[in-house]
Amino acid sequence: MNGGPFVILKDVAKRWNGQLGVEDISLEIEEGSFVALLGPSGCGKSTSLRLLAGLEIPDEGQILIDSRDVTTSAASDRNLSMVFQSYALFPHLSVAENVIFGLKVRRVPKAERAEKMKRALEITGLTGLESRKPGELSGGQRQRVALARAIVAGQRLCLMDEPLSNLDAKLRNSVRKDIKKLQRDLGITVVYVTHDQTEAMSMADKIVLMKDGRIQQVGTPDDLYNRPANTFVAEFVGAPPMALIQSSVLAGFDKDLTLGVRAEHATIVEKGKGQLTCTVSEAEFLGSETLIGLSHEGTTGLSVLQPGLSLMDEGVTVDIAFDTAKLHKFNQEGDRITGM
Amino acid sequence: MSKHVNLERRRQAIYGWLLLSPAAVLLSLFAFYPSIATFISSLFSKKTRRKPSEFIELENYTDLFADPTFWIVVKNNLFYAAITIPVSIAIALAMALWANSKIPARGFVRTAYFTPTVLPMIAAANLWLFFYTPGLGVLDQIGSLFGLPSVNWLGQPETALWAVIIVTIWKEAGFFMIFYLAALQTIPEDLKEAADIEGCSRWTYTRRIVLPLLMPTTLFIMVNAMINSVKLIDHLFILTKGGPSDASKLILYYIWEMAFAFFDAPHAAAMTILVLAVLCIVAAIQFFYLDRRTHYQ
Repeated sequence: MNGGPFVILKDVAKRWNGQLGVEDISLEIEEGSFVALLGPSGCGKSTSLRLLAGLEIPDEGQILIDSRDVTTSAASDRNLSMVFQSYALFPHLSVAENVIFGLKVRRVPKAERAEKMKRALEITGLTGLESRKPGELSGGQRQRVALARAIVAGQRLCLMDEPLSNLDAKLRNSVRKDIKKLQRDLGITVVYVTHDQTEAMSMADKIVLMKDGRIQQVGTPDDLYNRPANTFVAEFVGAPPMALIQSSVLAGFDKDLTLGVRAEHATIVEKGKGQLTCTVSEAEFLGSETLIGLSHEGTTGLSVLQPGLSLMDEGVTVDIAFDTAKLHKFNQEGDRITGM
Repeated sequence: MSKHVNLERRRQAIYGWLLLSPAAVLLSLFAFYPSIATFISSLFSKKTRRKPSEFIELENYTDLFADPTFWIVVKNNLFYAAITIPVSIAIALAMALWANSKIPARGFVRTAYFTPTVLPMIAAANLWLFFYTPGLGVLDQIGSLFGLPSVNWLGQPETALWAVIIVTIWKEAGFFMIFYLAALQTIPEDLKEAADIEGCSRWTYTRRIVLPLLMPTTLFIMVNAMINSVKLIDHLFILTKGGPSDASKLILYYIWEMAFAFFDAPHAAAMTILVLAVLCIVAAIQFFYLDRRTHYQ
């Protein structure tokens, strides 16, 4: 480690037939960190990853990996590995052959190959499945073969393109932990594309939230959750997402502002003592608490959390109060107003 | 309860047989029965006005084995198969790999390659007859530009079979290319990308990934090419009629000659049975041996 960022993207842009691919992507990634590229589908997160991988060449900008300009280098010259969404396992090769495919291509001696493979299979818990074909494995096992193939060569940078999206919810949780542990234990740098904010929030040291080919915010999960840079970030991050309220419907605020409030900072209060009177639109029992969805003109996504099981009927009117200090303010363009 | 299950099972069985029956009836009428009838007639002697047909066991077969023309024809056909099968498959694969890559006018290239297949064999043979014609033909015209002497490609024993082989390859390669193209399109793009990241060259990728994944198609094409090497003789009627001096005569053409030119049905039947037997054996080997080494998705 030489102190400087391990991966640097400088004003990278990629366009297809004049249409927007990604634009103005500037990003610095420290060695050993876990960076998540997060965003809705079509936001350019996969394109950014492919640009980094060398599967696409940018129209503009510069990409540096380990202080080396790799903007136009071939994928194989960038010393990185990649886990594909579909895993991209070779269906006619066994688990062992899949894992050592890259080593073989790079003419690593046989003994070293066997040693590395053994270790990779141990780490990913695949020992004993060496001779199976991908078609004979479960989804979770295939996913682990893809991981083993990515780590076997010992590259310091590993790119992952929605590696968990083909797994069921339960498996996703456990593999998420495995990947995070793997990244820490091996000390590798991971750039991870996902559309699932829970994945990004729980795994990443740094999240890059994108929309329409542009970066909206780069920051820690804490930054994104507690200090969203704009209303898009506010509404994308968190479950439930942040509610937005036009300041005009609340007393005591400048006009033309958008106020953001998290469900945990709003409470139902006695009639007549709240700041806003809204109607209950839905109630969702989540186990430890109940999420009450509320509607009011000039607000979107308003909700409160009630402890335990406390379902409310639709159409009931309730008064709610906010913790004013915890409100987020956005200007008319939707950008955060700082210094509050 | 068990009665109910039995009834259901019987209903399923009847349903299955009903679905099978159209194909079974047609195959029995037009394939199985004729094969058996052919086999039976191959065991009888030729019926003449003076002598009625009588059971002569395998005499027709021993006659064939003693017939020098038969051996020439067998040799011709083996040579014909040994050249047309691998060459047309190799060309088909090369064309498919090329027509599947990102090239300009891809649609045009594919159509151009496929055109020979659309032409009826008779039309194709007439076309090539024009190419091969000594003096007037395109080949000779081009040759004369370089001062080469006129060659009667179809008229001399040394070149006649080669000329026929080239027409067959020309005709078949485009057809097989279509199967390869279809198979190539089922190989996901990200396998190539995964290989790229590992630093895999284009050649290694083709050899280690693409070719093995194309094996089921290759097997299918091989069986087809083999059958065609026996079945496809239309062009012989136009180009050489098996001549000169049996140099380009293939087995099916000889069978046809035997049956409809020499009116010797029993010998033709015997030869047909031999061809059927050989084809069955080769197809069985291809399927049982290669099948085990083939990866199916």
